[in-house]
Amino acid sequence: MAATRLKPVDVVTVGVGLTATILAKELADAGLRVVGLERGAFRDTNPDFMLPNIHDELKYARRYELMQDLSRETLTFRNAVTETALPMRRLGSFLPGEGVGGAGAHWNGVTWRFLPWDFETRSRTIARYGKGFLAEDCTSQDWGLTYDELEPYFDRFEYLYGISGMAGNLKGVIRPGGNPFEGPRSREYPNPPMKTSYAGSLFKEACHSLGYKAFAMPSANMTQPYTNPYGATLGACAYCGYCERFGCEMGAKATPQTTVLPALLANKNFELRTHANVVRVNLDSARRRAISVTYVDSQGREFEQPAELVLLTSFVFNNVRLMLLSGIGKPYDPVLNTGVVGRNYAYQTLSGVNLFFEDKVFNQFMGAGALGTAIDDFDGDNFDHSSLGFIGGGFLHASSTGARPIEYHPMPADTPRWGSGWKKAVAHYYNRSFNISTHAACQSYRTNYLDLDPTYRDVYGLPLIRMTFDFHENEYRMSDYLTAKATEIAKALGPVKMNVNGRTGKYSIVPYQSTHNTGGAVMGADAGTSAVNKYLQSWDVPNVFVIGASAFPQNGGYNPTGTVGALTFWALDAIKNRYLKQPGPLA
Amino acid sequence: MKEDRRRFLRAVTAVSAAGAVPTGLIAEESHAQPLLHTSHAKPRAAIGTPIQAYLYLTSPEAEFVDAAVARLIPADGLGPGAKETGVTFFIDRQLAGAWGTMARNYRQGPWPEGTPQQGYQSRLTPQEVYRAAIREVDQLCTKRYGKAFAGLIDAQKDEVLRELDEGTLAFDSVPAGLFFSMLWENTQEGFFADPIYGGNRDKIGWRLVGFPGVAAVYIPYIDRYNEAYRAQPVSIADMQQKIVQVDEHGHPVHVMLAANEKS
Repeated sequence: MAATRLKPVDVVTVGVGLTATILAKELADAGLRVVGLERGAFRDTNPDFMLPNIHDELKYARRYELMQDLSRETLTFRNAVTETALPMRRLGSFLPGEGVGGAGAHWNGVTWRFLPWDFETRSRTIARYGKGFLAEDCTSQDWGLTYDELEPYFDRFEYLYGISGMAGNLKGVIRPGGNPFEGPRSREYPNPPMKTSYAGSLFKEACHSLGYKAFAMPSANMTQPYTNPYGATLGACAYCGYCERFGCEMGAKATPQTTVLPALLANKNFELRTHANVVRVNLDSARRRAISVTYVDSQGREFEQPAELVLLTSFVFNNVRLMLLSGIGKPYDPVLNTGVVGRNYAYQTLSGVNLFFEDKVFNQFMGAGALGTAIDDFDGDNFDHSSLGFIGGGFLHASSTGARPIEYHPMPADTPRWGSGWKKAVAHYYNRSFNISTHAACQSYRTNYLDLDPTYRDVYGLPLIRMTFDFHENEYRMSDYLTAKATEIAKALGPVKMNVNGRTGKYSIVPYQSTHNTGGAVMGADAGTSAVNKYLQSWDVPNVFVIGASAFPQNGGYNPTGTVGALTFWALDAIKNRYLKQPGPLA
Repeated sequence: MKEDRRRFLRAVTAVSAAGAVPTGLIAEESHAQPLLHTSHAKPRAAIGTPIQAYLYLTSPEAEFVDAAVARLIPADGLGPGAKETGVTFFIDRQLAGAWGTMARNYRQGPWPEGTPQQGYQSRLTPQEVYRAAIREVDQLCTKRYGKAFAGLIDAQKDEVLRELDEGTLAFDSVPAGLFFSMLWENTQEGFFADPIYGGNRDKIGWRLVGFPGVAAVYIPYIDRYNEAYRAQPVSIADMQQKIVQVDEHGHPVHVMLAANEKS
């Protein structure tokens, strides 16, 4: 069936989530005609996230109402190149979103800045510890830009999203109460820190007794009503405990819906098309220029939307998949070690300790997605690694994100698996427990990558993306180190029982871990080891920009969204102020 | 058994006295007569009481699920268990719906076995897993004990469940461990999900742990340290039926429990 050719526009975004809404808003304001193509449905606070139905754990947290419909498209997975990848038939380890707002609608709201060290992982590691310190197959690299270059763009994103917190480093001056390890900020957070839960307060106490510096985690859950630079007003967070996997009934979580869409949808230069699933970017015969994108609508009709500028703004997997399906850039080959698209897929390394008490109650069903107290003493290169045998690290935290009882009913490890003993332990400890968690980096390796699956296909008959991934020795050692620190802090609080849940065994796609998937279309200064340049522009097809955590060359210890937001404004600046004036390669 | 039932009924009575909960749904605890609720419901609860009929499970399957979930989360000194709170009904409705048919999951083949890390690779949907596995378990029980699972004594039921859990039983049609993990997950879901799905009747699961259900505004409470927040739990149905007070943003106003009052 021939595709219907539509009237050309200036810009098309593939996906309408966190990055696309910002880019579309700014480019439409600059007078460009922008079309946003979203494979899922339209969604807004009212009516989609309204009470009482939004407080439904089964529907949103267990049946994944806001997540990708795997019956249409999934990915395949294997731990190693020697295995046959099989499809992810059910969601588990991570939860890509679907619909307007994407994962930005159902996120928790933890909004860090990556450390200055994170952007120069390879060169700083070699400078401090010598060349032999990195594993031979480690492909972690510098990002091609520095924290200082990115700082103004972190600032713009944080003010757009109304992030709360306390600056620990204001223009180089370390301030008690904030994170003393962060890169210098040009100004204070737009909103004050969140309240501290009981769990957070105990964690803080224990950390201070051990000499660690605890602070309130940076949060996109509003601590007061906030009007952002686009004129959107967000409500104050009710600490209701339904953030992650849910939409916010209060409009108190910064999302595309609450921060950008009101202004964007009012702009006549922007047109949103939902249920528009992009299947290909069409290139000219020299494969040096994108001409249009092809998408399928809800009735199965094919359309070709010509555009001067194509912005790939979907989640990591689809950004990379569309590049591979469209022939943008050279696919990565781990055996020959050639090509770049799909290279350096990475993830997040987590572990934790459950603490059980007899004399304390925590009301952990109260909370917010980003309500937590953290220490950053063991993140990045904030501590001396020379005798440790690994690089990187992460933050440790005690969070109160909502104790919804299907998924949250902690029990000591010696509890029977079911029966009256199970019931008794669940009833007893539900309100007498909290967790100390580690949230850590993941380096990139030659054998962790994305490519197209040779067997399994989506509903359109196109190959699924294939993930080949496992944790490496560096990550196990790092995680053991951090788990020991978490255990040390936990012990200082004298719990009656404790479960230590270290990171062991191969990576599994089954238990939920984190939707912090990164890489595959990584940025860098060298076209031989990156798919996009430092402006997130394709090296090969300069009118295609690939925006998102797909650009991270490896993952830092933090939740990625703050850095994704900063990269979005950084790329936008390059597009608006340089590319539009003189279209062509920016680097 | 009699004592359990008395305690259960006491709990139910206390609950309905305390707060605006229609009790018709929960006064039935017999697994042998699963379909008779409307005719036996008290007049006060008859209006608006949903018809309870199994959509997917056959009668012997419903008996199996009743018997199994009653061992997984038993009625005991702490109160009613999974069976009494409607978990079988919950599971039936889940099996009949999108989850049971994997409507939002990837279903295309081929289906090699895969590694544990690769997750669910069965060709069967949850509907089909339950059907095949219950048949297998009942055949095994009949062979071993001369009775289907539901007719066994508790110790025998526990032995079979333990073997399913540990994966030591091998069935032709379906992996035993896969079935057990599905059954156990569904049991916990049914026990703790909002009562609108048919389980967690009278919010028994929520009362057991002290979960308040639909959240109120907790701004004044989040930093009141080491002070239990104890409220009558609120379900989505309570809100839709407007039998709880709400604030200007639509959050329920929780009714707090007195210091020694049981939820």
